[in-house]
Parts: sequence; C-alpha cells; structure tokens
Amino acid sequence: MNRRVFRKGKNAAFLLLSLLATATGLVCLGAILWTLLTHGLAGMSKHVFTEMTPPPGSEGGLLNAIYGSAIMTLLGILIGSPIGVLAGTYLAEYGRHSRLSAIVRFINDVLLSAPSIIIGLFIYQIVVVKMGHFSAFAGALSLAVLAIPVTLRTTEDMLNLVPGGMKDSSAALGAYTWRTIISVLYPAARSGIVTGLLLAIARISGETAPLLFTALNNQFWSTQLNAPMANLPVVIFQFALSPYKDWQDLAWTGALIITVSILILSVSARIVLALIQSDGSRGQ
Amino acid sequence: MAIIDPRHAARQLFYERVFKTSTLVAALLVLLILGGVAVSLIRGAWPALRHFGFSFVTREIWNPVTEEFGALGPIYGTVVTSVIAMALAVPTGFGIALFLTELCPALLKRPIGVAVELLAAVPSIIFGIWGLFVLAPLMQRHVEPWLIKHAHSIPVIHKMFMGPPFGIGIVTAGVVLAIMVLPFISATMRDVFDTVPPMLKESGYGLGATTWEVIWNVVVPHSRVGVVGGIMLGLGRALGETMAVTFVIGNAHRISTSLLAPGTTISSSIANEFTEAVGDLYTSSLVALGLLLFIITFIVIAAAQAMLRRLERRVTA
Repeated sequence: MNRRVFRKGKNAAFLLLSLLATATGLVCLGAILWTLLTHGLAGMSKHVFTEMTPPPGSEGGLLNAIYGSAIMTLLGILIGSPIGVLAGTYLAEYGRHSRLSAIVRFINDVLLSAPSIIIGLFIYQIVVVKMGHFSAFAGALSLAVLAIPVTLRTTEDMLNLVPGGMKDSSAALGAYTWRTIISVLYPAARSGIVTGLLLAIARISGETAPLLFTALNNQFWSTQLNAPMANLPVVIFQFALSPYKDWQDLAWTGALIITVSILILSVSARIVLALIQSDGSRGQ
Repeated sequence: MAIIDPRHAARQLFYERVFKTSTLVAALLVLLILGGVAVSLIRGAWPALRHFGFSFVTREIWNPVTEEFGALGPIYGTVVTSVIAMALAVPTGFGIALFLTELCPALLKRPIGVAVELLAAVPSIIFGIWGLFVLAPLMQRHVEPWLIKHAHSIPVIHKMFMGPPFGIGIVTAGVVLAIMVLPFISATMRDVFDTVPPMLKESGYGLGATTWEVIWNVVVPHSRVGVVGGIMLGLGRALGETMAVTFVIGNAHRISTSLLAPGTTISSSIANEFTEAVGDLYTSSLVALGLLLFIITFIVIAAAQAMLRRLERRVTA
C-alpha cells in the first residue's frame, strides 16, 4: 500500500513540476512581450514613420531605418527564394533519391541553424572587402543566404506532399518533367511554397548580426544600394546601448515594429498552412 | 491527330534541360555557400593563426594595443553561457513539452502550442534589449545579491558567486539565452514526444502505470534520440547567438571565477569589435574567432541532425 502512495505522490510531484515549468516559461515570455508593448507604444507617434533617425537630444523617427529594412529584406528574398525554390525542386523531383540530394539536404539543415553572424563574416569577406566599403547590397546578400535554407526546406516538403498520381497523369499526357513541375506541381504546392516565403521573410527581417558589418548603418535617408543603409535591427542595437533616453525610446518602438511585423508574417504563414491541411483532409 | 511536331519536341527537350540544370545548379549552390563560408573564414583567419599558432586558442590575453590576441576568454564565455542556458532551458522545456503532450486539456493544447511556436520566431535582438533594460536591473538588485549571500558559506560554489552584483555578466547572459531557446526546445521536444505511438502509452497505462511512469519509462526511452537531437539543436543556437548576449555580457575578455562578472562570447566579441577593429591582425583574429565558432557549431548541429534523422527513419520504418 505504501508503495502505491509513493508512486502516486511521485507522479503528482512531477506533474506539478511540469505545470510549474509551463507557467514559468509562459510568464517569462509574456513579461517580455508586455514590456515590449508598453515601452514600444509609449514612443509610438506618427513621427516614427515620417522622420529620420535623429541625433541625440532632438526629435525624430525611424523612417530611413524602416525603409532600409524593407528594401534589404525584399532584395534578400528576391535573390534567395528563387535559389531555395529551385534547389528544393531538385531535391524533391529530379534528384529525390540521389546521393547528392542527401548531402545537400544535410548541409541545408546545417545552414538553417548556422549562426547568422558567421554568414555576415562570410559576406564581409567576399563582398565588403572586395568592394572596399559597406553597402546595402552586401546586407541584402547576407539576408539572401539566410533565406535560402528556409525556402528550400519548405519547398521540398510541400512538393513531397503533392499526390504522386498528379505527376503520373501529367506524364501520361506526354508532358516533360519541367512542364509537369511548373504547370502541375507548383500550382498544387503553391500555398505551401508561399508559406515558406513568409517564414523566410519573418526569419530575415529581424536579423541583426549579419547586417552589423555588411550594411552597417546610416543616419540619413539613403536609397543607394552601394552605400551603407540604415536598418531597424542595427538602429535598435545602437540606440538601445546609447546613454540617451530618447534614443532608447526609439529603440523600443523599433523593436515593437519588428516584432509585430514578424508575428503577423508568422501568423499568416500558419493560416495558409492550416488552409492547405483542411483542403487536404477534404480531398481524402 | 497525334503527330509529334519535331520542332515542338526539340523545344521541350531544350526547356527540360535548362530547367533541370538550373535546379541542379541551385542545389549545388547550397554546397558552394557552405564551402565558401569555410574557405573565406580560413583565409581571413590565416594571418592570425599563422602569427599566434596554436596558442591562439589557449591564451586569455586580448590586447588590441600591443596586438596580442588569444581566444580563451571568448571560448570560455561561449561555453559557460551556453551551459547555464541549457541547464535552465532543458528541464523547463522538458516540463512544457510534457505538459503539452500529456497533461494539457485538449482545449488549451493548440493555443499554448501555437504561442510557444510563435515565440520561437521572435528575433533575438528583442530578447537582448529586454535583457538589458529589464532583466539586468532585476538581477543586480534581487537575484545576484541573494546568490552572493547564500553561496558564500558553501565551499567551492561561493567562488562562482563572488564580487559585486553588476547586473550584466555571464549569469545574466545565460538566463537571457535560456529564455530565448526555451520556445525552440519546447516545440522540438513536443514534436518528438508526439512521435511516440499511442499504443505504447496505452499499454503502459493498461499495466497500471502512473502518468509519470509512462512518461519516464515509455515516452522518454522511445524518443531519446530525438530529445537529445532537439537539445543539441538548441545548444547550437545558444552557442552562436549574438544579439541576445551582446547586450548583457559586458564585453570583458578576462576570465573570472565568478559567474557574476562581465565576460564575452565569441559572437559578441565579433559583433562589438569587428567594425572598430584597426589593423589586419586584429581583424584577422576576430575572423579566427568566427572560424572557431563555425567549427564548434558545425559539429554540434551536424550531430543533432544526424540524431534527428535516425529518429525520423525509425518512425517511418
């Protein structure tokens, strides 16, 4: 009888600990979001979206940083995602069972979790050093390198989900593989591939480390791709570590803007995925 | 009707070749990037490695003025902050994953699961800025004085919690890292626990086992490879994390016995000093730090992937 009580007690103790762990985790993460919201909203005004980053002590906004982040993220996706999608297509279709695919898949997974600061160093060595100066283009390139593994992975997964019968039907009609992929498989996997793109945008738009020594920063409005360009993450980094109160406030507001955009992107990706899954279950 | 136009066929074949080749080139590009990263890091690090030799990784000195550099301080900081982070995040993540798979009412399962996954997408700089403005003062005023007070009578341990409470330092960086990798570790462990066939668990319950006994004797052994793989992926993140750490580490290349003292990690040294580094040897030493980080994380991530793959094969088999 004693043994039973002991087992029940042990069970209860561990389940309680598990509950406590969940509560602690959620409270910590909730606290971060709460601080972010209150601090970020305090500095929110229309100036944030209409004015440039100010010198300390004067009023200003984050317009040049928001613009720079948007441009570099966009360029990063435009360069990175076609490569990711094509490589994903190779892994899922042409080279599904080949030795090369297994290696690429493995290396891709390594790149997926490789420290982003390393990618920054890499682009610094091959672009910034060669060009002789920091540039928005180098920043976009480092983001592109980070976007490739995400899009590759989702594209491959999503193409694998397309029922084999569709491919066979297309081949039976006499279509070449490229035709089948572009006219049958891509449309069938479209929402999945879009999800991958959204996830990739979410991933790269918050990246700071690789931009520190590629795009650097720029206090002024600049649209030139071969010059340093302001961007939200680096502005947040510099402003938060500065001793000036108004800079720190702007850093919080910038942090809020980034987080909200990323959460919106992630939630949309999730909704798109949920739609695919409900489509799939209806089809069965 | 069914006459094949030879020009059409030739064109199709041409497109086929172009498309196939471009997918192959894209796939090869992935290999090329990793190769390029390795080669460019080795080339950039070469001057420092040639100048200092093996002593680069064994010396603590970091002096830009006399141009003497050793990586021991950053390596120590990277390892210790990651160990603290994993010590805090693994049990907590394990608890959250358990809660989500075994205890959570069905109604809350999805919302909490989704919340955890969304938090894994929050960029690390957010954790850094929160660490600097909220956690560091909290550590300085409450947690660190408490640690100092209660640790000073314990032999050995008291050396780890000595000195003034700075707020920023190794311990704070470890805690921020722990909070940052927590959503990731929980989500991975939950996915791994979900791969355990319900039949195995039902059998355990059928024999009269308690929930904990089923978890410890059925779920954990069955998913062990995946759990370790997930932990190592989290470790890979913690080792290479830059922004969450840079804000709160204090950037001191000294190795102190006290965990409360400021320190530095490989990635935060690079982030803090790279754009300000003057002189080829200084820059090269920072790139050499990057090379070390690349090697360490590559080994950890590769091992993690290999383990997760083993689990995957077993599930599909």
